Amino acid sequence: MGGAIANACQAVAHRSISVVLQYTDQSSHEIRKVARMTRAAFWQGYRDCTPFVAVVIPFSLLFGVVARDAGLDILQVMTMSVLVIAGASQFTALALLQEHAPVYIALTAALAVNLRMALYSAALVPHVGHARLGVRALMAYLMVDQAYAVAVKTYEEKPGMSREEKVAYYFGVMALICPFWYGCTLLGALIGTAIPASLQLDFAAPVCFIAITAPLLRTLPHMLAAAVSVVCAILFAGFPAGLGLIAAALVAMLVGAQTELALRRRAARRASGGRA
Amino acid sequence: MIDDATFWTLTLLLGIGTFLIRFSFLGFFGRRKLPDWFVLHLKYVGVGVLPAMVTPLVLWPQATGGETEPARIIAALVTFLVALRLSVTGALVAGMGTLYLTQALF
Repeated sequence: MGGAIANACQAVAHRSISVVLQYTDQSSHEIRKVARMTRAAFWQGYRDCTPFVAVVIPFSLLFGVVARDAGLDILQVMTMSVLVIAGASQFTALALLQEHAPVYIALTAALAVNLRMALYSAALVPHVGHARLGVRALMAYLMVDQAYAVAVKTYEEKPGMSREEKVAYYFGVMALICPFWYGCTLLGALIGTAIPASLQLDFAAPVCFIAITAPLLRTLPHMLAAAVSVVCAILFAGFPAGLGLIAAALVAMLVGAQTELALRRRAARRASGGRA
Repeated sequence: MIDDATFWTLTLLLGIGTFLIRFSFLGFFGRRKLPDWFVLHLKYVGVGVLPAMVTPLVLWPQATGGETEPARIIAALVTFLVALRLSVTGALVAGMGTLYLTQALF
């Protein structure tokens, strides 16, 4: 199943590239070269995401188990996982429905948890915004924390990547995560309570987010922003689900960006001071 | 138990809503040039969002009914240090391993 989805994603990435090339009047040699490079980028993304399979498995298993416990049937569990593919919001919605909260409350809370992805969506624009609308829609569907973090980190580390390579890389990342998400949700739903609670599968989520955050702390502004994010998350703990997260993220982004500007100004002052 | 009508209403709307959130900027502003000040802030999306997601999961986990558990805080710190110094895979193994170990010891 993993292989089939990987091939399908690769086919989509390739089609978008050949469409681009049709209009740019390049020689077949050029086309073959670009195709080879995008294929390499796709598999690079696929490989870069392999460590995260280790957390997608427990997290999606757990969703399957919890959803069955809440009384959903297999079809319901799978429909939710396939339509939404956003674990944190699925857990939030289920927990609220189980407490007999009204639908609109459960929906609002779950959407608030997902609001962070609007920021991911914006952050991806400078890199893959050029892609065709259909391709962008598929990228949007597949947008999860790991995909955003792994892809943008690579884009920033390798500014030489072409636009086609960036698109292919993104699909490579998700070609591995997505089938495991579907498959292990199903497995969790089928085996259910056979998984002992002592395994603490829920802890796989924070462990995963910590592992993707640490490599992002490359500069002083990044470190400062992350620290502010933690402090604000504690200060805003009383906010309704999801909103504290967004508020903390916005404050942290502001601090990160302002620190970068301040450092740039200081460097400029030093440079001009040195010349004077 | 969650009744069927409630479940399907929620799931369909959550599916559509989540897709629209993900599609938002990439879909509607994909080919437009974003202003520089905006792009500058976007560099800090990852370090702004992820730590704020982790913090409550570590400090007030649902698994303990929201009670702070030292084992989880220790395991989170170990995960962070290993992710910083070694590798992602190492961090995942160390994180879960530390949790099991500290819970077994105390």
